[in-house]
Amino acid sequence: MTNDLDIFVGNTTLIDEDVYRLWLDGFSVSDAVTLRLRSGILEQTGATVDVLQSDTMDHYRTFHMLERLLHTPSKLIHQLHFQIPPSRQAMLIERYYAFDESFVREVLGKKLSKGTKKDLDDISTKTNITLKSCRRQFDNFKRVFKVVEEMRGSLVENIQQHFLLSDRLARYYAAIVFFANSRFETGKKKLQFLTFEDFAYCAEQMIENWTLGAVDSNVDDMDVDLDKEFLQELKELKVLIADKDLLDVHKSLVCTSLRGKISVYNEMEANFKNLSRALVNIASKLTHNKDVRDFFIDLVEKFIEPCKSDKWTLNDVRLFLTQYMTSAHTVDAFRHQALWDRYMNTIKSCLLKMYHD
Amino acid sequence: MPGKLKVKIVAGRHLPVMDRASDLTDAFVEVKFGNTTFKTDVYPKSLNPQWNSEWFKFEVDDEDLQDEPLQITVLDHDTYSANDAIGKVYIDIDPLLYSEAATVISGWFPIYDTIHGIRGEINVVVKVDLFNDLNRFRQSSCGVKFFCTTSIPKCYRAVVIHGFVEELVVNEDPEYQWIDRIRTPRASNEARQRLISLMSGELQRKIGLKVLEMRGNAVVGYLQCFDLEGESGLVVRAIGTACTLDKISNTAFLPACNSPSKEMKESPLVHPPSHGCRSTHNSPIHTASGSRLTQNFSLSVPTLIYTGMGSGSAGKEGGPFKALLRQQTQTALEQREFPFFTLTAFPPGFLVHVGGVVSARSVKLLDRIHNPDEPETRDAWWAEIRQEIKSHAKALGCHAVVGYSESTSICEEVCILSASGTAAVLNPRFLQDGTMEGCLEQRTEETSPLGCGFCHIPYDELNMPFPAHLTYCYNCRKQKVPDVLFTTIDLPTEAMVIGKGCLIQARLCRLKKKAQAEANATSISNLLPFMEYEVHTQLMNKLKLKGMNALFGLRIQITVGENMLMGLASATGVYLTALPTPGGIQIAGKTPNDGTYEQHISHMQKKINDTIAKNKELYDINPPEIPEEIIGSPFPEPRQRSRLLRSQSESSDEVMELDLSHGKKDAFVLEIDDTDAMEDVHSLLTDVPPPPGFYSCNTEIMPGINNWTSDIQMFTSVRVSRLSNINLTNQTLNKNFNDLCENLLKSLYFKLRSMIPCCLCHVNFTVALPEDEVIQVTVTAVAITFDKNQALQTSKVPAAEKTLQRASTDNEEQLQFPLELCSDPLVSQPFSPAKEVLENASSHTGIPAAQRATSVDYSSFADRCNSWIELIKLKAQTIRRGSIKTTASLDKASPLAEGHLRHRSIPSCTNSSVSVVKMTPLSFIPRAKITKYLGIINMFFIRETTSLREEGGVSGFLHAFIAEVFAMVRAHVAALGGNAVVSYIMKQCVFMENPNKNQAQCLINVSGDAVIVVRESELEMVPVQPSAPVSQPTSAGGDVTT
Repeated sequence: MTNDLDIFVGNTTLIDEDVYRLWLDGFSVSDAVTLRLRSGILEQTGATVDVLQSDTMDHYRTFHMLERLLHTPSKLIHQLHFQIPPSRQAMLIERYYAFDESFVREVLGKKLSKGTKKDLDDISTKTNITLKSCRRQFDNFKRVFKVVEEMRGSLVENIQQHFLLSDRLARYYAAIVFFANSRFETGKKKLQFLTFEDFAYCAEQMIENWTLGAVDSNVDDMDVDLDKEFLQELKELKVLIADKDLLDVHKSLVCTSLRGKISVYNEMEANFKNLSRALVNIASKLTHNKDVRDFFIDLVEKFIEPCKSDKWTLNDVRLFLTQYMTSAHTVDAFRHQALWDRYMNTIKSCLLKMYHD
Repeated sequence: MPGKLKVKIVAGRHLPVMDRASDLTDAFVEVKFGNTTFKTDVYPKSLNPQWNSEWFKFEVDDEDLQDEPLQITVLDHDTYSANDAIGKVYIDIDPLLYSEAATVISGWFPIYDTIHGIRGEINVVVKVDLFNDLNRFRQSSCGVKFFCTTSIPKCYRAVVIHGFVEELVVNEDPEYQWIDRIRTPRASNEARQRLISLMSGELQRKIGLKVLEMRGNAVVGYLQCFDLEGESGLVVRAIGTACTLDKISNTAFLPACNSPSKEMKESPLVHPPSHGCRSTHNSPIHTASGSRLTQNFSLSVPTLIYTGMGSGSAGKEGGPFKALLRQQTQTALEQREFPFFTLTAFPPGFLVHVGGVVSARSVKLLDRIHNPDEPETRDAWWAEIRQEIKSHAKALGCHAVVGYSESTSICEEVCILSASGTAAVLNPRFLQDGTMEGCLEQRTEETSPLGCGFCHIPYDELNMPFPAHLTYCYNCRKQKVPDVLFTTIDLPTEAMVIGKGCLIQARLCRLKKKAQAEANATSISNLLPFMEYEVHTQLMNKLKLKGMNALFGLRIQITVGENMLMGLASATGVYLTALPTPGGIQIAGKTPNDGTYEQHISHMQKKINDTIAKNKELYDINPPEIPEEIIGSPFPEPRQRSRLLRSQSESSDEVMELDLSHGKKDAFVLEIDDTDAMEDVHSLLTDVPPPPGFYSCNTEIMPGINNWTSDIQMFTSVRVSRLSNINLTNQTLNKNFNDLCENLLKSLYFKLRSMIPCCLCHVNFTVALPEDEVIQVTVTAVAITFDKNQALQTSKVPAAEKTLQRASTDNEEQLQFPLELCSDPLVSQPFSPAKEVLENASSHTGIPAAQRATSVDYSSFADRCNSWIELIKLKAQTIRRGSIKTTASLDKASPLAEGHLRHRSIPSCTNSSVSVVKMTPLSFIPRAKITKYLGIINMFFIRETTSLREEGGVSGFLHAFIAEVFAMVRAHVAALGGNAVVSYIMKQCVFMENPNKNQAQCLINVSGDAVIVVRESELEMVPVQPSAPVSQPTSAGGDVTT
């Protein structure tokens, strides 16, 4: 005797969070049943494998029907087809748009195109995340990207409004969209030590300070693209390293104020010019797309790695960057105070975030 | 010209993409009522059109208002080819016609297409302006209210319960017309939906007329069904109970006070309309001439009368009184052709005695002869069955049947008509508005309020309709009661119960040879009595195994298929304190000398005894020991057994009365004489009890659980199982069917495990045999979480306190059903109900029953065997076998049906947030009060697919469809301003598939009462409105979400 048809429909749609997770993780029904069996659910409930199978199928069917709505979360909220309490709706959306750290690290900064989608096989093998789940996550990134790409206003707010995500998740998506748009390189071996959270933080800083939207006088503020004018102006900062006098004044100011405070004083003093050159050079090169993409590599290679090799602590880095930034104000010949702050504030935040002890 | 219907089309949302090129849609809307159609402008290139139309006005007769549904069709404009339909919405405007119900229908409705399902939503506002005064409603049946609820609706009071109303209309099924071959499936499905909608509208109007004729103003327990007879046509039939209801205006704010309010008693009688002006307006629109439905062949199937297996006599003083009462009520009921009531719960005092279950079945051949002049015969068929039920009731000394229902099962041209109910003696005061003699009523009061009155036998013990044995009632010790009671009604609120109840099911399959026409009908009707008998045996065995002594809500469904018959009986078992403790089950082997066999038997016996003990613990059945009972070995000596049989044959003997007066400890003997019997015993023991924390019942009230939380989940579960067709025997078939049902239950328990502690209430199984070797089981029920701690407390409260609690609930009830009839206000209550119950309580617990019983001779036998099976066998032999008779068709012309489809739809609120609509098959929402009934929901949907695999196979298809049906019901309720559906029932779920063609079709019919409920907590505190937590309500313009 076989069951041709076996369904359960509740007036309030029944949602099992554990099964939802398995579904999101891309497991097939039979794998999901095996995993549930392993969780010892049968012992707790006295059910049989058949029951578990039927239950899993039911949930999978429900999720499959809900998936269409989850692509446009506002539809899920307003549809009449499934009666789902608001808190559960929020849970469904939040979990659907959640992603795996290891996956996002693979995709972050890549173009969300068909080409990348083809690579999902490899990513799946590498990360041990099912292909199905990779596809969902990739499609989510792409969907969010498409919707907010051309939109005015705050990136985070746009995402939140259209996808009804939590504040935290919306910020993450903003970072993903921002990275994908500017195609920052994040996959190089040297960058592997950085977490997605590090990048998300950097993205937030950059969005807040370096995009068109950051200058709120601008009416069509756009959060997605870097402020081209600003990048152009950054060339002006070169004076800090090009002018020998300025460089020396800057150095002495920093050294004076850090003496006795920083644990790696000698190394700092010896390296000051290199570090300063590195930071200013990064700024001046940002007009080229290629260099924008290498922004994080440059930060790591030119700043973080030298500091690391000299065993700077995070606190040393903080003290140095703070002094390095503020001292420039007291260099009389340096006139680009506002520009300097706009640049350095973000650089400082990013470096501090990226500098792991 | 009584009314103006006004419709405004506001907006649409989430429309499907109809133009692939632009990924957009140019949508417009057609609004049709009767023969008038209006159109909105085309709203170009949008999936969220804002039509904001003018008010479309239809000037219509009230009859049309009653019969016709409002049809709204959403289309995609196409300049070069025909416009494509996106989908439709049918809205039943009936609820706008009662002054008390909804005033406006306004909200978002799913746009439904029979091929694609729900395709977006449309926001509609509907109003009705009535020109004339309300009196003119009496001309049509507009003012008559309909309720699916099978008890007096919560915010009403029954002034008079008039009785049975029935009607049926027939038509040709569009699906079977020649034209179907050339039109699209969509057109065919829509024609069918529309026809059924029209027919049910017409049916409801005709029933309404009958109610007016009876001077009633409402139909309660309205049950409407469709018979899809295939080529011979489509029958829509309905039954219900006509009542005169009086609205209790302030129900919502009445505290649960403990004294019945005086004023209610004196509330004026609702004056029925004068007969003069009631002249029928029922000029049905004739479309077809005459009916195709004719009959040339019918079989009437003998029917068992299920009652308690009691015997004995009423107390001496009871006799004459009973006779008098019977006489009295008889006059009240005599005018009625069928003294039937579809109600299952009653105002206190209404039900005097219950006799037992009566049922009748009849096998008919649906005629394929295409003769339009042949008169209608369906009426005659049902009349015949009802007559049989009536005579069964009479045989039980009852003049009325309560908890009455009718059903059919059709396979090809064979149709089994079934009717069942509970024979009962009723208190005449509710039945008519004439005056009654006060003395009689006082007598009546003596028995009924004790909470055991309904158990007392209504029939004369000297003249019993069947062999049974009786005892003196364990509550009052005055009257006789049977040892087991089977009923189709709900547990009366006044009933005193020990422990909890549980769902008991009997399941049975019988193979039958494939045959044609008469031979087929004959073989079916030959099988039926045996099936009934076996179902009954199973029920009885399972009841004993649970240690219980009464069944409520019994529903037996016999389904006919090509090569088998299925029987499924469901009921809720309880332990009534008034009835004797059930004896155990004893197994006896036929070959006693075989040692291993003996051992096997004793092993089995032990298992059974263990199970009984375990069940008693599980369901808290711990009846107080009654001192004078002699607890002997339950298994009778052969000597005693023969004696018993003899004494039964000596009926009407004074000695017998004494002999049988002590009915305790009858053992129930199962003889294992062949493998069949062995199977039976095994199957008894294979029923697994629900996991801890779960209880189940199929009635409204679950005894022993009263502290519900507001956490409810209504669900429908469907399983279709294919039997491997090799070597089908009755045994394997039974086992398969049993497993199917048990597994289904297990699955439910697993799915709902998060609701523990919880009770599955109103569990309703239906079985269908859509093809050979295919069984379809559909279950609808509601799971309600209860508070375990409190439950434990109350269950441990001693009986006296329990009765006190009961008293208070009784009083609450009283507010709604005052015992006093307005027609005889001079007869005052002999005592206040509260006091009465208190007295009962004391008499029940305080005074040892032994003392009260001294007048009875208890000496006699310590134990007796009631070989119940043998009695039944006797009975089975005496019932008349299905005789074949040919009935001439009646001359009565069928009231021709062009029905009007009432689409009971109800709009949802205009705000975009989806408000929560609760649904339940029960007549109430736990922890909430119903403040208003908005009208009945009666919806019929067809869904078809030609891409079954793409839609996820049969499971995906049906899952989506049922979810859509729920969604449409909820949307209609919300649009009426309601937030819940009570007494929800899925009356039909016909599923057909053709996997080879990648096709499937399903028909679903649901109904229920749309209501507004207010949570108890909100009544007390500042309201925390349940609606719209999600998003910002917008005005009629609706929200556009992109």
